[in-house]
Amino acid sequence: MTLIVRSIARWMIPSIFLLGVYVVLHGHLTPGGGFAGGVLVAGSFVLSILAFGVKKNKVETKKEWSSLTESIGIFLFWFLAFLGILWGSYFFLNVLTKMSPGARFHLFSAGSIPLYNLAIGIEVASALFTMVFVLMVFREKERP
Amino acid sequence: MFELVLSSFIVLMILGALVALETRNLLASVISLGIIGFALVVLFLLLGAPDLAIVQIIVETLTLVIFISAIRHTTPQENSKTRGFPPKFSWSVGTFFLLIFLLGAFAIYRELPPLGSPCVRMALYYLSHGMELTGASNLVSAIILDFRGYDTLGEATVLFASAIGVATVLRKMGKKSS
Amino acid sequence: MVYGLTLVLFFIGLYGILFKKNLIKIAIGLCILEYAMNLLFALVGYRKGGVAPIVTSQEGASSFFVDPLPQALVLTAIVIGLGTTALLLAFAVRMYRHYQTFDVEEMRKLQG
Repeated sequence: MTLIVRSIARWMIPSIFLLGVYVVLHGHLTPGGGFAGGVLVAGSFVLSILAFGVKKNKVETKKEWSSLTESIGIFLFWFLAFLGILWGSYFFLNVLTKMSPGARFHLFSAGSIPLYNLAIGIEVASALFTMVFVLMVFREKERP
Repeated sequence: MFELVLSSFIVLMILGALVALETRNLLASVISLGIIGFALVVLFLLLGAPDLAIVQIIVETLTLVIFISAIRHTTPQENSKTRGFPPKFSWSVGTFFLLIFLLGAFAIYRELPPLGSPCVRMALYYLSHGMELTGASNLVSAIILDFRGYDTLGEATVLFASAIGVATVLRKMGKKSS
Repeated sequence: MVYGLTLVLFFIGLYGILFKKNLIKIAIGLCILEYAMNLLFALVGYRKGGVAPIVTSQEGASSFFVDPLPQALVLTAIVIGLGTTALLLAFAVRMYRHYQTFDVEEMRKLQG
């Protein structure tokens, strides 16, 4: 990519990533949540691949770390939902509210909803980055 | 007045859709798809849904990225030459089903409440008790993660499966030993 | 009238899927169909004079909110729409590598 694109991307990638993390963590207080923050984080990674190419980002096309984090994200979501059964009640019980009801409008309120947001954010960001990355670096070659 | 503003944006989307489907240059039709997506972002903001606007703006950009990378490495950027209509049998069956669909759609259209006063029988419970039952200020997050958590679980599964599907379809095939 | 215009957009997307021969145009038609459906859901949940369903500490929990239930349904539908489009495009790119064309009719003639 050209020099202008690379210079601007150098400043925009951390800002977009930080905005995505903020939207995920404050998902129970401001508009956004797990899905919006997750796609923002994925957008920042896609911008890095587009502006700087594949070689400079040191990603390989065979073994991909984003598949691993995608699996971790959805397993964490399932585990948080399973905690309700361990508590003795139904499946998606909000266990942290039952254990310690927090204040209103603070960052550490609303029980296990921020943890759900974190799990969904990790999963959506990794899944979308995997999809877009595989479609971007696919080249037509290897005639037999 | 508000309906007029909404209708003008939807007319812009219709024009963009017609351009996207009829033009022969593939790159131009993909860019017209971007018009539809970004007009939808403004519509979501006018209808009071900021969560949807954030998600739609990034998803639209990623859609444009994958369309352009699908076009760039594969074809010269022109459409193909073969046109033609499907044969008579599928034409008549298609029209018949379309008429039935339009009949059902018209019947439903008369049952819909006018714009601005929906039937909020279930939502009133969520609006009045959502804050004290879950403790979250964002009511949409409280609905998708606490009241209706199974929908989110289903969505995460579908997204996971589609990511695995894309990675499997486009993997490098092994060399056949001769 | 707004619902009628959304239905027109739905039928344009359906026309793109049924009558077009290029795989990229079929994928564009599917995208337009999904946008029309998400717009219809968001339109159904609008209340005149309502604000976004976020409870703030000044107003309290008794303001006049927009219906949050269709928004919760559309929020997952947008992301799933991206997954569907990506999968269709992955198939299209793979089929181009095999048949060297995007045309559906020529693929039916070539057959492997």
